[in-house]
Amino acid sequence: MNRRTQLLEAALFSASRPLSLDDLQRLDPDATAEEVAASVDELRHHYQAGEHGIVLVEVAGGLQLLSRPEFGEAIAEAQIVTRPRKLSAAALETLAVIAYRQPVGRAEVEEIRGVSVEGVLRSLQDRGLIDVVGRAEGMGRPLLYGTTMAFLELLGLRGLEELPRLEELSVALRPLAEMVEQ
Amino acid sequence: MSLSAVSAPPVVATSDTPFIVRLDAFSGPLDLLLHLIRHQEIDITDIPIAQIADQFLEAIDALGLNEAADYLEMAARLLRIKVQMLLPRPFDEDDWEDPRAELVRRLLEYEQIRELATWLSTQVELRADRFPRGWVQPLPQPEPPPLVVDLTELVAAVERVIEAMPQPVVHRVIPRPLDVEGATRRILTVLEERDRLDFRELFDERPTVADVISALIALLELARVGRLLLTQELQFGALTIAREPTHAAA
Repeated sequence: MNRRTQLLEAALFSASRPLSLDDLQRLDPDATAEEVAASVDELRHHYQAGEHGIVLVEVAGGLQLLSRPEFGEAIAEAQIVTRPRKLSAAALETLAVIAYRQPVGRAEVEEIRGVSVEGVLRSLQDRGLIDVVGRAEGMGRPLLYGTTMAFLELLGLRGLEELPRLEELSVALRPLAEMVEQ
Repeated sequence: MSLSAVSAPPVVATSDTPFIVRLDAFSGPLDLLLHLIRHQEIDITDIPIAQIADQFLEAIDALGLNEAADYLEMAARLLRIKVQMLLPRPFDEDDWEDPRAELVRRLLEYEQIRELATWLSTQVELRADRFPRGWVQPLPQPEPPPLVVDLTELVAAVERVIEAMPQPVVHRVIPRPLDVEGATRRILTVLEERDRLDFRELFDERPTVADVISALIALLELARVGRLLLTQELQFGALTIAREPTHAAA
């Protein structure tokens, strides 16, 4: 492991958030993008091949050192780290609508879920999983919501493109006409 | 089909009321509707709307969800569709729009969202087993264990507390009134007979603090108004009291 790789490791260890390639590049401005990528690869390989309790993973558009999942139970049980509070069914459904329809206004979320979502939106916003990303045109210029980096981190996703594609779901939404014909 | 069989999981029968509501069992009217349809294995594209509408009404009544506006709105919608289905269809079937179509679309859309929500939930759980560094969430404060004491322990504890209490220090305040007027009179009387005298001669052998202070105040006052003169040869030396005229003559 060369000095640059060690520097990246130190930075990843120090960070409380996923670090982007830009962050890592700033650590060593003289290094080329290829060299940084090579160091990241070396580090990733180091943790995967070696006998370590942590791994380097890509999450929320960055890189992060995470403990290996098989130790999660023991660590949580010993109260060393508390797992995040579970999300309610209402919160998960609301997040699903926002993740797929963003930017989306409250009215549309309510139309899809068939319930009022004011309280859920507020608590999701408090937890930093969604945020106001703009305002719609039209009457009242309603607020539009979108998911945040914390949302990706909570799910351990690299980006929104890792969400399942709608056509992969068992309930595919087929064109209306087709349904009525059957 | 009886409803209690349909909605068995989220509902518990008791003797008093037919159902106990678990409001969190359904996340909304679409959820409840979908539950009714899927549980009875009804073809979603051909919903027997009259049957489902009745079951839905029965459910929200039994579930005590009457107060929830979202459910009532759906109930109204179902009844409207039910009525629309009873209207005579146009002669040409192609002109007929299925009044259920919009509901079916919404139900399928909602079912999709629910599947996504399940996926999100699984994903969150997977992720929750992997901890990042620096994510320092404070540990919840463990609740103190329940207190178990018997009477003797309690009495002993009370005694310890009482013993440890500091005894209040009460100062008895004895009034020692100064008698400046008396001292003034006494000094003037003495000075009528003698031209000068030592401060200590004003007192008997064991003067009280009050006596000394009274005399001192009287002396200072008399000196101020020019009735006598106070002199002190040395620092901390003897204080000599002299009649003012003597001083003027000197």
